[in-house]
Amino acid sequence: MNNSILDIVHINNYLYLSLILFAIGVLGVLFRRNTIIIFMCIELMLNAVNLLLVAFSTMHSDPGGQVMVFFIMAVAAAEVAVGLAILVMIFRNFGGVDINLLNRLKW
Amino acid sequence: MSKYAFFILAFLSVFSALMVVFSRKPVHSVLYTIFCFFTIAGHYILLNAQFLAAVHVIVYSGAIMVLFLYVIMMLNLNAEGEPHKSGIIKTAAVISGGLFLLVMVSVLKSADGLEVAASGDNQIGMVKSLGMVLYREYMLPFEVSALLFLTAMIGATMIGKKELNS
Repeated sequence: MNNSILDIVHINNYLYLSLILFAIGVLGVLFRRNTIIIFMCIELMLNAVNLLLVAFSTMHSDPGGQVMVFFIMAVAAAEVAVGLAILVMIFRNFGGVDINLLNRLKW
Repeated sequence: MSKYAFFILAFLSVFSALMVVFSRKPVHSVLYTIFCFFTIAGHYILLNAQFLAAVHVIVYSGAIMVLFLYVIMMLNLNAEGEPHKSGIIKTAAVISGGLFLLVMVSVLKSADGLEVAASGDNQIGMVKSLGMVLYREYMLPFEVSALLFLTAMIGATMIGKKELNS
């Protein structure tokens, strides 16, 4: 038994799915004002890229892509720890997590 | 069979991702994100990447989203009355997101070389083969990621602690 899902579902479908997920992430970052939800949308974009990497890794029978996804997950975990600490600091200093509170650099 | 599984999972992923953006309470957004991550783990299983599916569920749904839930709980952020952005900014957000999607899809339409090669080994997603690659070819990045975790831990503690003197 040697057939993968990519013989049944063409790789284009995976490309479109990841693109749609990534676009939803971009939309969420631009659309919402709550910093936590913006952060979750960034996670969503990371996952869209991960999905595409795994699809191409299966397509080329190359485990390197999956190792890359593994590293991306590690970096995402570290990023979330630091990001949530920053978020707690924002809440403590500004009294809220609305993105419009952070307008010091606005001109 | 696998085809239907793919399309059902894809529909569920896109639906839950949309609900992340459009649900009003932050806790609902977190729960929809967890659901979205589970569907993506299902995609990994379909793609013969069993090890990554397990790691994805453990790391994302088990660790990262629980951290989000903790932050929302401790800061008591589950208020519904988020003042929404003005209509023009929302319209601009939807238009720019849609334009991004349009550009990328049109790039894909003109791409070639995406023919599926004769699928060879379907064991590459197993722990054994991934471990071989990870600990042989990617040994140095693996060690560096350990350093990254140490830095992130120290950084999170430093940023998160209260100022003692002020």
